[in-house]
Amino acid sequence: MVNSMGLDNRKMAFWAFIGSECLLFGSLISTYLIYKGKSVVGPFPHDVLNIPFTSFSTFDLLMSSLAMVLALAAIQRGDLKQGKLWLFVTAFLGLVFLGGQVYEFSSFVHEGLGLTTNLFGSTFFVLTGTHGAHVTVGVIWLLTLWVQALRGKLGPNQAITVEITGLYWHFVDVVWIVIFTLVYLIQ
Amino acid sequence: MSEQAHATTGTYLRIAAILVMITLIEVGVFYVPAFQPALVPVLLVLSALKFVLVVLFYMHLRFDSRLFAFLFSGPLLLAVGVMIGLLFLFFGAVRVRTGT
Repeated sequence: MVNSMGLDNRKMAFWAFIGSECLLFGSLISTYLIYKGKSVVGPFPHDVLNIPFTSFSTFDLLMSSLAMVLALAAIQRGDLKQGKLWLFVTAFLGLVFLGGQVYEFSSFVHEGLGLTTNLFGSTFFVLTGTHGAHVTVGVIWLLTLWVQALRGKLGPNQAITVEITGLYWHFVDVVWIVIFTLVYLIQ
Repeated sequence: MSEQAHATTGTYLRIAAILVMITLIEVGVFYVPAFQPALVPVLLVLSALKFVLVVLFYMHLRFDSRLFAFLFSGPLLLAVGVMIGLLFLFFGAVRVRTGT
């Protein structure tokens, strides 16, 4: 799968895909910022956003990125035992993040903020919901790799597959870094 | 153009520690009233620092081919440009309407 430049075609295609994802999230973040402070009815961001809780979610996702690079390093050196462990830890931390998002969304709905309540609700749920959908895909992808590893089908020869999964996972992490700052901290 | 070796486990752990520290600073800055006038630029710089660290070390762009960096940074710059353009367009329109 190596091209004339000595680069893996799958990895190159995946970087191009990540580039297109930048534009997708760029448009969603732009929409959120444009409509920021334009809601005429509440709840408003400062009424519902829980910074300590979201800070924990951010920490969780950063640690999942660390687990992902440790999983890749283990697979590359042929240490399947460590590879399995870190892949599972990454998926588990992703599930914790998703659990936090489900809790956050349900508490917002409980406080009267739905998708159609106001401009804040619409842009917030679409932006963070799209990110959550990406995390869900990532968790499924990671668990698939973990099952492959459990069956002994994931060795150094398949390291590129783990690396591409890692690229996706880290991208989801960097998108959250931006969302955490622009949506939660800069209110 | 070929791909090179990635960072070591020690580097990954150090980057994780730096990322956690920056996140703690971000949350701390958010709660300290003295930082309120400079809150937005400080948070944007800290966020950009975290973004760059993850992309360079965890996504291995520091060690990989420059073509990958181009495939990522091109659309990223375009997205940031579109974002800034839209913000100027919308907030400029509001200012013209309100006369402020």
